[in-house]
Amino acid sequence: MTEIKDARGLACPEPVLMVKNEIDKLGGRGTIKVLVNTVAAKENISRLAKNQQWSITIIEEGEDWLITLSK
Amino acid sequence: MNNKVSIIITGAIVGALAILLVKLGNPQNMGICIACFLRDITGALGLQQVNTVQYIRPEILGLVIGAFATSVISKDFRVWGGSSTFTRFILGFFVMFGMLVFLGCPLRMILRMSAGDLNALVGLLGLVAGVSLGTVFLRKGFTLGQAVIQNKSNGYMFPAVILILLILLLAAPAFIYFSQQGPGSMHAPLAISLGAGIIIGVLAQRTRLCLIGGIRDLILFKELYMLYGFIAIFVVALVGNILMGNFHLGLAGQPIAHNDGLWNFLGMALGGFGCVLLGGCPLRQLIAASEGNTDSAVTITGLLLGAAFAHNFGLAAGTKGVPVPGQVAVVIGLIVVGAIAFFNVYFNIKTQKSSRREVPFNDGNKGCEGSSLS
Repeated sequence: MTEIKDARGLACPEPVLMVKNEIDKLGGRGTIKVLVNTVAAKENISRLAKNQQWSITIIEEGEDWLITLSK
Repeated sequence: MNNKVSIIITGAIVGALAILLVKLGNPQNMGICIACFLRDITGALGLQQVNTVQYIRPEILGLVIGAFATSVISKDFRVWGGSSTFTRFILGFFVMFGMLVFLGCPLRMILRMSAGDLNALVGLLGLVAGVSLGTVFLRKGFTLGQAVIQNKSNGYMFPAVILILLILLLAAPAFIYFSQQGPGSMHAPLAISLGAGIIIGVLAQRTRLCLIGGIRDLILFKELYMLYGFIAIFVVALVGNILMGNFHLGLAGQPIAHNDGLWNFLGMALGGFGCVLLGGCPLRQLIAASEGNTDSAVTITGLLLGAAFAHNFGLAAGTKGVPVPGQVAVVIGLIVVGAIAFFNVYFNIKTQKSSRREVPFNDGNKGCEGSSLS
């Protein structure tokens, strides 16, 4: 099961940097799950996914968003 | 409407409003400047006694009102904080020194550039250098930690303070200082300044406009989104300045600026370095504070104290240049921000190493996995 990274409560650009590091670590292919709770983090990660051509799904979980990136 | 179009439209409107505010009375190349305007507010409250920079700037109040209202309506209003609060205060304090030595925040820097002030270009180089330095620490794991959701009452305090400032501005009691001369005495009509602030607050809340974020994202992710907004501000303000006859290309004799290149560079380098660690420029901090981020509200108080301190002790630059104490303050600021960045990364690495050693003894204890949930 893919580990869920918890980026809740982190200021810009830490959540997106966390995902970027994970993308680099996976060598361009795989699945990343990250939990965020700010719109800025959600949008930044969405933009990064789009730029790196990873597909993305966002599920709202109460006050948080669970973002899944895959390629 | 896609994000790129929204941020370009936002930038264009900010640029146009900045030109309009100057036309209607704001100081030259200072349609909007978060650092200068926060400094003017400290003067109005008597926290510094320089009688040329005292006014409760309605633009700041409008920004907060606009961003607060929009965040409540759009349900972006979330009350949280508690991540390295005092460190943020200290960073805000020194960031203001840098910006008052340069004479402007990143937003005014763009506006100065659009009027042909080449000193602002030197400032931009400094800002890029400062942000680049900060990203080195971000890559190495610099973090101010995770903020937590707080009681909702905390989030209303910053907008409430702003509301009190608005009442003081409208009532103008005797204990509030309003400059009779100098930049502080120059301002557009109150309602127009307030309205412009509200419009910018709404737009900046929706698009998260931030120049520090723009440069940072370009360096870290090759991402241009935020920079489109600032290019739009520059282009629209440039056209506006040319049409108004306010475009004068050069280094010498620029309005409310000095041409000491070294200190323009180092001042903005300090501003950029501190702001990238804080996660955003003063504009972004103001908007985030309005959205319920109490850490950003503390950062604003750091900026305010920095401004009061800078003017009380003669550290801020003037049109003639940067006083020696101001130069010393910038060097101290760079050392302090550098030390904060270095020790943050150092202790992070140390903590990670020691928690890795403990893992075999905590088999099955999920609480030791730090940021991972499962």
